[in-house]
Amino acid sequence: MTALLRTDGLVKAYGGVQALNGATIAVEAGTVAGLIGPNGSGKTTLFNVVTGYERPDAGEVWFGDRAITNLAPDKVFAAGIGRTFQLTRIFPRLTVLENMLIAAQGKDRPRNLLSWFGRDAWTHHRRHALELLEFVGIERHAGILAGSLSYGQRKLLELAYVLVADPAVILLDEPAGGVNPTLINHIADRIRQLNAEQGTTFLLVEHNMEFVMGLCSTITVLESGKDVVSGPPDIVRTDKRVLDAYLGADLEEEDPR
Amino acid sequence: MSESPGRQRALPDLAPVFKGGGLVALIAIAVAFPQVYTNPAVTNYGVFALIYVTAASGWNIFSGNTGYISLGQAVFYGSGAYAMGVAARDWNITGTMVFALLPLAMAVGAAIAVPFGLVALRVRRHTFIVITIAFFFIFQLMAFNFSWTGGSSGLSSPFLNWPAASYNTPFYYIAFAFAAGTIAIAWLVRRSRFGLQLRAIRDDEDRARGLGVRAMRVKLSAFVISGTITAGIGAVWFYYINQVEPQTGFDPLFDLTLVLMAFLGGYGSISGAVLGALIIEPLTLWLNAQPEFSSGSLSEILLGGIFLIVVLFMPRGIIPTSGELITRLRTRGRAAIAPATTIGPASGTAPTPSSVVSGGAQ
Repeated sequence: MTALLRTDGLVKAYGGVQALNGATIAVEAGTVAGLIGPNGSGKTTLFNVVTGYERPDAGEVWFGDRAITNLAPDKVFAAGIGRTFQLTRIFPRLTVLENMLIAAQGKDRPRNLLSWFGRDAWTHHRRHALELLEFVGIERHAGILAGSLSYGQRKLLELAYVLVADPAVILLDEPAGGVNPTLINHIADRIRQLNAEQGTTFLLVEHNMEFVMGLCSTITVLESGKDVVSGPPDIVRTDKRVLDAYLGADLEEEDPR
Repeated sequence: MSESPGRQRALPDLAPVFKGGGLVALIAIAVAFPQVYTNPAVTNYGVFALIYVTAASGWNIFSGNTGYISLGQAVFYGSGAYAMGVAARDWNITGTMVFALLPLAMAVGAAIAVPFGLVALRVRRHTFIVITIAFFFIFQLMAFNFSWTGGSSGLSSPFLNWPAASYNTPFYYIAFAFAAGTIAIAWLVRRSRFGLQLRAIRDDEDRARGLGVRAMRVKLSAFVISGTITAGIGAVWFYYINQVEPQTGFDPLFDLTLVLMAFLGGYGSISGAVLGALIIEPLTLWLNAQPEFSSGSLSEILLGGIFLIVVLFMPRGIIPTSGELITRLRTRGRAAIAPATTIGPASGTAPTPSSVVSGGAQ
């Protein structure tokens, strides 16, 4: 088993709330893995711990054979783990292209102070950035302020600027949340394409079961901060514990938020 | 979106010509000003206007780009003035040689900006503003209480035996050099990787850090650049008016004036800070020269009124507001930008990289 990204017994509490309680997950290289669970089960907290936005109280995060527990967000990003946010976090008063360049500039550090003020040092990123915008399908909005994009387009922009850094693993927090059905398919296609053509590994949190089941080869179910079961979609879908813990709990209504 | 491709192409081609021509004309007017209006009472307006163009543009390099509103720029202004005064007094430097102390004054500004920034830039928004005000009062108190600053009577500058009729002119050109240099730096910062990082910090600092922007280093660099410029122009101001006291060197109104200038002209835009300074400073000087206003602080009340009007009716300032107006007039009946509703691969023509680049620059 070659787990590219794994967590080992992560624990995180906010005051009296136990957000993570021994969460152990493993994402195999080159797969699209899903992370599901009821609201408040610790999915986003797990993302935050993995990507360095939160420090765990206990437990470890491994990226390949490198321990990345407690690494700062920019170090995690530089190591090759990109992420998007549940509520998209773009730079609204920068243009779409400038958003892309901010992600690109982290890749090559300027050699001296003068190169900070130069423009040529990063013009070569421009072409790559435009290619990626074309890949996600918003390249014709490259010159407008990112704040005027629609919600779904922001999700695409976020995906595009995570791709700039060419990460080995991409963590997607509810990529289909609040997005119209056409765009959901568009996003799913892009994920499949990246996974097939470049072997990018994905871990995604999503409430849209159709989306998760159709896309992921492995699904881990989180409940009360602990992993309950992990396996292929068919196994997970029929698992008694999962039905009790998650699907059974609100069978009538799947709240897509 | 039915505009003809010819029109779309003609605009970006002509814009730089107009901009370049306008810039050359502005520089020519600024250079010729003291030659045409030789009356010292008039050139005095020019010197102060340029001092404030420099200070407001310097403020804008840091605060306009990062969104961290500094109300502690007077720390640098006063420190630059005091650095020059103390050095000239203690080293017995007189006459035009005093101008050789300008680099020292700027270095003092930079040296103060580093620890100041390291402390203040740990916090954001309102807390940052409060900390900059606290630093301001610390410096004013130090100027009052140390013996080497001359206490409450302050410092006098060495005497310059220039003829009164043309006394202002050299100061005018020095202030002009500072203003032009500061605007050039602001422009370089704006179009650079560094400037992009600053503006990313303004929009979402945590996200920028997550994408590999070294926020503290970048913010501090901008703060130091801003402080260095402000200290330099503070020293020029001191030598020009021959006197600095704690309450004039470290003047709370100085900071508020800079903010007002930037907000009136257009917060965050280079030309906005310049325009704001060119409007506010001559207006203040003129008001103070009027007999009706000279007794009290009526001009300050008036400035406060202007500030209220700006914040209430033109919160983004003259430049962005009029820019929008022009765009709206020019594109009347058409969408100003491509409607951002369609998704998926573009069916129309994809933008060329150059058109994207020119669209992204401000």
